[in-house]
Amino acid sequence: MAGRDAPLGRRRVLRGGALAVGGGVLGAGAAALLSGRDAPAATPPPAYGAQTVPFHGPHQAGIDTPAQAHAAFVAFDLLPDTDRAALGRLMRLLTDDAARLTQGRPALADTEPELAAIPARLTVTFGFGPGLFAAAGLDRHRPASLAPLPAFPIDRLDPRWTGGDILVQVCADDPLTVSHAQRMLVKDTLAFGRVRWTQRGFRRGRGMADDGVTQRNVMGQLDGTRNPPLGSAAFAAAVWVDSGPSWLRGGTTVVIRRIRAEMEKWDAVDTTGKEFAIGRRLADGAPLTGTAEHDEPDLAKTDDLGFRVISEHAHIARAHVGSDRQRIFRRPYNYDDPPGPDGRANAGLIFASYQRDVGDQFLPIQRNLAESDLFNEWITPIGSAVFAVPPGCPEGGWIGQTLLD
Amino acid sequence: MTISRTVRGLALAAAVLLTGACGTDGAPAAAPTTPPSAPLAVRDMWVKTAESGMTAAFGTLVNTGDTDVQVVKATSTASPVMELHEVADVDGTMVMRPKDGGFTVPANGGHTLEPGGDHLMLMDLTAPVKAGDEVRFTLTFADGRTFAFTAVAKDFAGGNESYHPEMG
Repeated sequence: MAGRDAPLGRRRVLRGGALAVGGGVLGAGAAALLSGRDAPAATPPPAYGAQTVPFHGPHQAGIDTPAQAHAAFVAFDLLPDTDRAALGRLMRLLTDDAARLTQGRPALADTEPELAAIPARLTVTFGFGPGLFAAAGLDRHRPASLAPLPAFPIDRLDPRWTGGDILVQVCADDPLTVSHAQRMLVKDTLAFGRVRWTQRGFRRGRGMADDGVTQRNVMGQLDGTRNPPLGSAAFAAAVWVDSGPSWLRGGTTVVIRRIRAEMEKWDAVDTTGKEFAIGRRLADGAPLTGTAEHDEPDLAKTDDLGFRVISEHAHIARAHVGSDRQRIFRRPYNYDDPPGPDGRANAGLIFASYQRDVGDQFLPIQRNLAESDLFNEWITPIGSAVFAVPPGCPEGGWIGQTLLD
Repeated sequence: MTISRTVRGLALAAAVLLTGACGTDGAPAAAPTTPPSAPLAVRDMWVKTAESGMTAAFGTLVNTGDTDVQVVKATSTASPVMELHEVADVDGTMVMRPKDGGFTVPANGGHTLEPGGDHLMLMDLTAPVKAGDEVRFTLTFADGRTFAFTAVAKDFAGGNESYHPEMG
């Protein structure tokens, strides 16, 4: 199993080129033109702000999109009278909002159309929680393993971060763009549901490091080293649904776990201890048996005393899987809420994991981790939710049409 | 105001032509004396949700032809009575009222219908207009031709000017 490809695969370079062209066209005053209002003369937006990610296509954007700097995950509970027909109306509305906003155009009835002018690679990705299928009378089309995760001993789940019937994932390289899109999407959902939880996350700012560099989380670790490369066959095998319910083909599933980092306890550990718990070096992410981040870990290697160099209880040993189809794709964001008066951190990870099937891929890994991962000492899952992510839609179509129409 | 609106209308018309964004809504209803292709199109049409009573529709009317188009009447399946409204300052109070002569969509230009401005007024809803509903409208021009389109219903906080027909 190879490690990650070179930082920028061919597909991403091509897409980047296409994005730049789209951004150029948009920069030509299109935002002011399409807003339907007289915009004041403005200096051209910087390159990152004008970049767009295509909304329409076989897959929803925001999954195989190089992760943007900012994200908001919003989960809704459906109102009791939101049935299949109402869900169709909702998804048409939300699809239209997303199709416009992601291309740098205001939503219909946008009360702040000026804010749509900088798309900053905005993506909007929709997911359907287990309860949506029952509400629509379509439980027979729910993937068998799409259900709340079983309780793990390490969990300390808080209802305020757990569950939900609909997920709206909003990502962009600009926080105000995320804020505006979130506002429009929430407003258009309120006739059908109530906000259950909102999680806002961040990564490094765009341009702070090469796009292909693995992100660091708030605990200082490189996070996502073993992800299948975007656009690769391994990615497709792990992420895009190719069996099971036909409506979900080309879609995926997402598990969103809010994982608190026990920063004070982590602070008390020395570097050697931290690296032993993970099985990688903090400085460069190299496995303890290698010299570079993408070196294959040698889980069997022993030291002079006969002990494993990478402990069988180390995080990467517990998370190891045998084949591409068993892998998961992690697209995590950090969170860092205000500390309390005592200064204790209120930080961690919004762990978003995409996989074809929760039961076949996510659960086996999570069971292994919950059982004996050394790293559990310093992390606490406090939220958990699962959603089916419908495939993308062509122009004129809407997300969820394959299930709800 | 008039100039900037006309300029923007031209740009909008160009955008519509380039992208074909008006899609199937551009097909006019045929009338005996109607030229083969009517020059009107719409974009971004939406209607404010309401449980009952009055509500309004907004968007942009685009005229791709070489002569002005006068919209004199609107009908909808959602309301037996409709009016073409403007919002005007009457003695310091912004009120909405029927617009004399209807809406003029300039040749190769556009006419914007927006909260706080001209709009299509549904006077008496026959049923609630719910979020995501598709509401059917038909516009009638001064020469008798008509043009049909749909507008999607969206929740919206604004557009609450008081109605003062007597001030028209």
